[in-house]
Amino acid sequence: MRMSRFLPMAAALMFIVLAAVNGHAQEPVKIGAIFSVTGAASFLGEPEKNTVLMLKEQINKSGGINGRPVEIIIEDSKSDESAAVLAAKKLIERDKVIAIIGPSTTGESMAVIPIATKAQVPLISAAAGAGITQPVKDRYWIFKTAQYDTSAVEAIYAHLKRQGITKVGIVSVTTGFGDAGRKALHDMAKQSGITIVSDERYGPKDADMTAQLTKIKASGAQAVINWSIGPGQVVVAKNWTALKMGIPLYQSHGWGSRKNIELAGKAAEGVIAPLSRLVVWNKLPDKHPQKALLRQYSQSYEARFKSEPGAFGGYAHDALMLVVEAAKKAGTDRKAVRDHIENQVKKWPGTSGVFTMSPNDHCGLDKTAFEMVVVKNGDWQILK
Amino acid sequence: MTVFLQFLFSGLTVGSVYALIGMGFNIIYNATSIINLAQGEFVVIGGLLMWFFLESCNVPFFAAIGLSILSAGLIGLIMERLTIRPLRTNDLLVMTMVTIAVSIVMRGLLMFKFGKEPYSYAAFTEGDPLVIGGAVIQLQTFWVLGITAACILGLYAFFNLTMVGKAMRACSFDPTAASLVGIPVSRMIMFSFILSAVVGAVGGAAITPISLMEYDKGPMLAVKGFCAAIMGGLGRGRGAIVGGLTIGILESMTAGYLHSGLKDAVALVILLAILFFRPAGMFGNTTMQRLKGH
Repeated sequence: MRMSRFLPMAAALMFIVLAAVNGHAQEPVKIGAIFSVTGAASFLGEPEKNTVLMLKEQINKSGGINGRPVEIIIEDSKSDESAAVLAAKKLIERDKVIAIIGPSTTGESMAVIPIATKAQVPLISAAAGAGITQPVKDRYWIFKTAQYDTSAVEAIYAHLKRQGITKVGIVSVTTGFGDAGRKALHDMAKQSGITIVSDERYGPKDADMTAQLTKIKASGAQAVINWSIGPGQVVVAKNWTALKMGIPLYQSHGWGSRKNIELAGKAAEGVIAPLSRLVVWNKLPDKHPQKALLRQYSQSYEARFKSEPGAFGGYAHDALMLVVEAAKKAGTDRKAVRDHIENQVKKWPGTSGVFTMSPNDHCGLDKTAFEMVVVKNGDWQILK
Repeated sequence: MTVFLQFLFSGLTVGSVYALIGMGFNIIYNATSIINLAQGEFVVIGGLLMWFFLESCNVPFFAAIGLSILSAGLIGLIMERLTIRPLRTNDLLVMTMVTIAVSIVMRGLLMFKFGKEPYSYAAFTEGDPLVIGGAVIQLQTFWVLGITAACILGLYAFFNLTMVGKAMRACSFDPTAASLVGIPVSRMIMFSFILSAVVGAVGGAAITPISLMEYDKGPMLAVKGFCAAIMGGLGRGRGAIVGGLTIGILESMTAGYLHSGLKDAVALVILLAILFFRPAGMFGNTTMQRLKGH
């Protein structure tokens, strides 16, 4: 073989060998992620994916997990339950991850739970449904970082009670999010001393909710509660203002995006919602345990992606950091990670709230994870 | 009474949107007998382009409308040249299926450019909503109704009084015969795509201040607009407005007096009923439908 041909080949071979050696010396800690990056729930999956990619760089820059780099394998479930199941199997069997974060939606999470449970892999879901972590005896390997819908409802009902309001009209979107919220509103009503006098629905792409609101107004409700995410919330706020309903409008925790204030303009004034502190971090007192973390996450996300992380990005943040911290303190064994999250996470500040996990609670958040926030002069204002 | 009026106004607002979209279906159907299932995407393009020119480029209002219409027309032209023309087939089913593919591609591109968030801009005329008999109606609703009416008059004149319009209709009845008498059929088809893209885009620009606009709103709008067009009889401009308003008002009455959960079923029930009992639509002509041979 002529020298001129041999040299480049030898060089190439050397690189391959080097790369192999390099890889062996610092074997990465593999964490799986299943997010709805595309499809109907892509508004959840996108900030979640961005968050995880950003955190991975930050973690690896500051020394990884006890010197080992973190590798995060992100699978796109396409907002589809069967795709989520396939992704989970792949992550567990082929990639041999120490834990899985996600999926993004309750439906996909419920589909993946049996797989993770059978394979004994910790799963930290980024979805809100109560069924993900309850009944807890069947959810040994399962955790979640999104607040319960019922906690948001409790926060709203508690605020209503302080205003002396007992009769409410509810309006909700006909999607999984709206269904879950509507159920929570009904379930919590009795024990909170609230009567639902009108219960209306609308489609996710509807252009006008005046008819529903008119009906609520006629029913003698003292407040309106709207449960949706996306453009529906803005349309409801606009219709509520146009109708001059004269009763307060409460939105779900999906309201927490500055974009909603921009889109609704003046119609957003006076709208009240239970929001994750991520949205109002700069209005928290400095001594609040979440403030430093929220500032760091929010600012670095906005600098990099030119958009707000929103509560959804925060769910992925908390899920990943729970796993990373468990792996740092308890090692990368799957059981050790699970045990650490269940027993050692006490008063742990995340983006969604201050978590306290226990064998009886695999979410670790309650209604104190929310602040009641009103829109005033085009900005959020925390209500006392 | 106030409550009834409010339901009526709400229905008019939504119905005028459906009517405008139904019109777009009619134009392409009139020239080609194709059902263009990417019609909803033209509406979305209209709303998002209007936002882009108004808010992102800070172009004055009328220039923004002009630019949106021009760009939408261009997109209609490109769609026809790239997808319908090269097919060289007369198979309507194949062409209609191609429009589904185009709608999916367009949604993807729109998501890529505009992201997944909704967009909106100020209503065409500032001011408080109008109060009539205690019920409120947004000023923008009048714009949508006015634009729909203007489109219908304009299109009626175009299809019945101008040579090009008549030629387009001839192509729809029988492309072979039309080309035998010297009508450039393929150019007429191209025109029809441009025209329906423009009507869709104008509609999108008008409804965005009411309903907001996001990349994946197209299919829902298309379904409702399609029901409006079918109800009025495909190809009938007047039919689309009656169909659209009827569906809108029935939806809002259903939401008001029965239950809002049943609202979305209204359009589909009407669609099924029409297809079963009066396939040519309320204003369609059964004999003509049969003559067309589809």
